[in-house]
Amino acid sequence: MSPSSLFKRSAAAFLFGAALTAAAPASAQQTVLRIVPHSNLAVLDPIWTTAYMSRNHGYMIYDTLFGTDEKGAIRPQMVESWTESPDHRLWTFKLRKGLEFHDGKPVTPDDVIASLQRWGKRDAMGSALFQFVQRMDSPAPDTFRIFLGEACGFMLEALGKPSSSVPFIMPKRVADTDPFKQIEEYVGSGPYIFKADEFKPGDKAVYLKNTKYVPRSEAPSGTTGGKRVYVDRVEWNLALRDTQAQVSALQKGEVDIIEAIGFDHYETIKKDDTLQMPKYATYGLQYMARFNHLNKPFDNPKVREAAIAAFNQDAFLRAQVGVKELYKPCGSMFICGTPYGSTAGSDIQMKSNMKKAQDLLKASGYDGTPIVLMKPTDLAAIQKLPDVGAQLLRQAGFKVDLQAMDWQTLVGRRAKKDPIDKGGWHMFMTSWQAFDVWSPIANPTTDTRGEKSTWFGWATDDKMVTLRNQFMRATDEAEKKKIADQMHARMYEIGTHVILGEYDQPMAARKNISGFFVTNGNIYWNLKKN
Amino acid sequence: MFAFLARRLAATIPVLLVVAVLVFLMLRLTPGDPAAVLAGDAASPEQIAQIREGLGLDKSIPQQFGIWFGRMLHGDLGKSYYYKTEVTTLVAQRLEPTLSLTIVTIVVAVLVAVPLGVLAAWRFGGWLDRTLMGFSVMGFSVPVFVLAYLLIWGVSLKLGWLPVQGYKRIADGLGPWFIHLVLPAITLSVVYIALIARVTRAAVLDTLGEDYIRTARAKGLPESKVLMRHALANAAVPIATVIGIGIALLIGGVVVTESVYAIPGLGRLTVDAVLARDFPTIQGVILFFSVIYVVINLLVDLSYVFFDPRIRY
Repeated sequence: MSPSSLFKRSAAAFLFGAALTAAAPASAQQTVLRIVPHSNLAVLDPIWTTAYMSRNHGYMIYDTLFGTDEKGAIRPQMVESWTESPDHRLWTFKLRKGLEFHDGKPVTPDDVIASLQRWGKRDAMGSALFQFVQRMDSPAPDTFRIFLGEACGFMLEALGKPSSSVPFIMPKRVADTDPFKQIEEYVGSGPYIFKADEFKPGDKAVYLKNTKYVPRSEAPSGTTGGKRVYVDRVEWNLALRDTQAQVSALQKGEVDIIEAIGFDHYETIKKDDTLQMPKYATYGLQYMARFNHLNKPFDNPKVREAAIAAFNQDAFLRAQVGVKELYKPCGSMFICGTPYGSTAGSDIQMKSNMKKAQDLLKASGYDGTPIVLMKPTDLAAIQKLPDVGAQLLRQAGFKVDLQAMDWQTLVGRRAKKDPIDKGGWHMFMTSWQAFDVWSPIANPTTDTRGEKSTWFGWATDDKMVTLRNQFMRATDEAEKKKIADQMHARMYEIGTHVILGEYDQPMAARKNISGFFVTNGNIYWNLKKN
Repeated sequence: MFAFLARRLAATIPVLLVVAVLVFLMLRLTPGDPAAVLAGDAASPEQIAQIREGLGLDKSIPQQFGIWFGRMLHGDLGKSYYYKTEVTTLVAQRLEPTLSLTIVTIVVAVLVAVPLGVLAAWRFGGWLDRTLMGFSVMGFSVPVFVLAYLLIWGVSLKLGWLPVQGYKRIADGLGPWFIHLVLPAITLSVVYIALIARVTRAAVLDTLGEDYIRTARAKGLPESKVLMRHALANAAVPIATVIGIGIALLIGGVVVTESVYAIPGLGRLTVDAVLARDFPTIQGVILFFSVIYVVINLLVDLSYVFFDPRIRY
């Protein structure tokens, strides 16, 4: 035997032996679903932060009173039945049987009330709801009531809200934590149990099947229906952040699901027979450009109108997404096809052209102030939007100061209300999951209380404030839809922001994973691994 | 020797102090708000302000420095804003993967590079020397991530021999530990092989021209002994220096490799901390790196005594 072949054989024997040793752990007996999430999980309190990763962690271990199905309808989850008084001021909810926290204690109305109170102090929609709430009580061991000062039309919408700051139900001892401090115990009543002892920040998070969880009988849809778990353990790989390595690991079978693949990898995965890209969202995501209404020239609605007219959605979508089957232009600020989806007032953008934008800008009295447009260089998901935006603005006649920075610098700077010469800004771009913006209350841009607004940009418009208040109090669906249309038209009229189109964020999985359903989020029940 | 050791250890104190002050100030003067990162994208300015207050970031910079410095003097590096974990715990968790990768990489690099460098010097100007130096230039030139992707594609996906990513702790078994380190170590070692081989070649070339080498050859010593016992041994000081610097650089600078191969080490921790503006973690990790640099430099200096008995401290 030659020395080289001896070396090859020895190396192969060693690697084989090591590989056998590597395959030994408990995973041999357990079904383990290995997921690469879209980001890192840092904060384990889904009420304290609005980060999507914390929300996804919340859906794993907590349950909710209501949920939102794939079409956007609110359905009961922990609640068995409920009634609403004729004057809409008293709501009575009965919890379903068998609800139990991971520590073996039953879920009681006291737990629910404490959880809602904490959520109401953190979440914008919760805070809006609690403006109406007079008190809550528990008339029976399985029942709680909410007394309102006046009728409110979004009780179920708030309790079943699906996106950031979901009203998850926690044990009272946990929910009693100061809402401005993070919880330190992670006990829920949801379909998975968090393995705190195996959590390694930046490395992995582990969830075990909650064998005592009693799922609803309905089929899963969105965040509602039966949360059935068919795997023993779910592992989130928090260390695998390189997108090329993610795809390689999926191809080799080292991971089962990648939550969000780069658009560059779409064709590769599509051609791979061992992989699939399940459709998990009805409505996808929306790109958005936000004006700072405090700084000149965007304090002038006519200048904002010119910018809106210049922003051709197709240009943004082609540059950022590039895969035609994954994007669509849409004139609805509340997402096309959703219950409040509307195109009222959108002609200024959707039927506009550059000539019109130029004419509008000339007529606006724009004084040539350079527009400070912030561009995040480290966030591939939105990185190209500002380049397109800058070019379109220049074509319309704006001067543009495109400033590159990392995303965290951007999020710090956008909170500043300062003028430009003191570090202020004019515009940034971002993206939202449809769930976050399809409700006229949850959509942060509908808050136009100027500097009191709950989101950056601080638009001011009294008429919108009135319409929003009317919407919150409306209890009839037809009336709500009518007000939503009026709000939508008004938002275009005053130019709260510009929408840049809708897109689907593809997820990739190995073909041996089945049971995907439309969730409009990243939810991991009902999945089987063969 | 002890006086030298004491002097060098005492000199680390001002170094660490300067590093601590500089890092603290640079972080405070760099744009970015840890509270905004923690609050999430949909958080209101008021929520961000509340978080800022909770973290103590609403205090003046001198106040913040005083609090942090006071704690540091008691060995408390603080708690990560991002992970809510003690920085010392985070560093301890991430130390094993980085040290493992560093050690395996350096061992591979030394085992390959030193003999290659000696051979190149021995056959100076010949085809072996030119080929080896050509490879060395290539080793310097190929970006680490390109090499990593090529190795993953070839060795993991096509041949199926090794895992694409991940790290197994030594406690999980030496086999899994080693098998997960092979590709990252090869990826990282290429540039160090190139560096150490070139330095070894140059140092051995220097010594090969010395009189004692001629004498050794005249005495009839076999060429292998001339090279290893006389030439290499006398060329060890610069080689040890380069290896020492390599170890220090590897501990603090394996970010790309750790990212591509999903190794939860110190490099990845540093990047995450910087991106999240996690001030306590950045400060703690950089201080730790400073200590490592000082200690390794000290060890390299001490190793000179071993390699060259003429050196005295």
